[in-house]
Amino acid sequence: MGYIATLALMLAALWLTLSGYFHNQLLLSLGGLSVVITVALALRMRILDDEAAPYYRAPRLLAYSVWLMVEIIKANLIVAKTILRPNMVLTPRMVRIKTLPASGFGRALFANSITLTPGTVSVDLDDDEVIVHAILKEMTNKNDFAEMARRCAWAAGEKADGEEEVSA
Amino acid sequence: MIEWGPVLELLRHGTAGAFMLVGAIFMLIGSSGVLRLPDFYTRIHAAGITDTLATVLLLAGMMIEAGFTQTSAKLALVGIFLFLTSPTATHAVANAAHKAGLKPRLGTVEPPHPRDVDINEKKG
Repeated sequence: MGYIATLALMLAALWLTLSGYFHNQLLLSLGGLSVVITVALALRMRILDDEAAPYYRAPRLLAYSVWLMVEIIKANLIVAKTILRPNMVLTPRMVRIKTLPASGFGRALFANSITLTPGTVSVDLDDDEVIVHAILKEMTNKNDFAEMARRCAWAAGEKADGEEEVSA
Repeated sequence: MIEWGPVLELLRHGTAGAFMLVGAIFMLIGSSGVLRLPDFYTRIHAAGITDTLATVLLLAGMMIEAGFTQTSAKLALVGIFLFLTSPTATHAVANAAHKAGLKPRLGTVEPPHPRDVDINEKKG
């Protein structure tokens, strides 16, 4: 029920933001109709789960994205400084990261966060490891990745022992 | 008495312009990196600068310029969608190269100084 309400609310908000019609009754009812059709289709396709409408994760994801933004800015400045140097010295590395969040959602978040941070790109993702290409060897510090994995697991709603929190 | 309205308005335009200028400079840095870096995998990182910080700065500048309006909300949505899609696209490209067997250059790599590069030389 919560998923249906969340998806409907999000879709309605998106429709209003993109269209900007608040007074035209015909267009408003058509927008409402398209929201209902979309939710009905999602229900029928059985894709309406915690990945489609992760409302109870939103606060943690928001807190995590603030931290990630700071990391992105720091990494951007390092890479920009490296590129601008006339005598560029690169130390590219391929490393395997074994410490991963337990849930699929957390792992996807972790791999995407690595790619979003300039200087590191996740090249391959398995059940038990991520292969990461880094442009500088300073960026392959194990503790930094462990820190990011820990925060991703937290943002995905996992408990410390790796079990996913069950929400009603 | 000083009229504060026009002063604040000027400050807003100035801040917006500064954000967009810095964003444009980072776009330029990222592009120069794509040209200068030696191989496919390292070039992805330079493209990452234009994907993240440069885009965020440009969008922030435009949002300050647009003020508290529907346009700003749409720009924020553009930012959110970019942050969801760009790492996915980058990962897809890097993963395809890895699966196809493209080997990255590892160890210590020192690309030539810009003055030593023959710009007319054809790249293989």
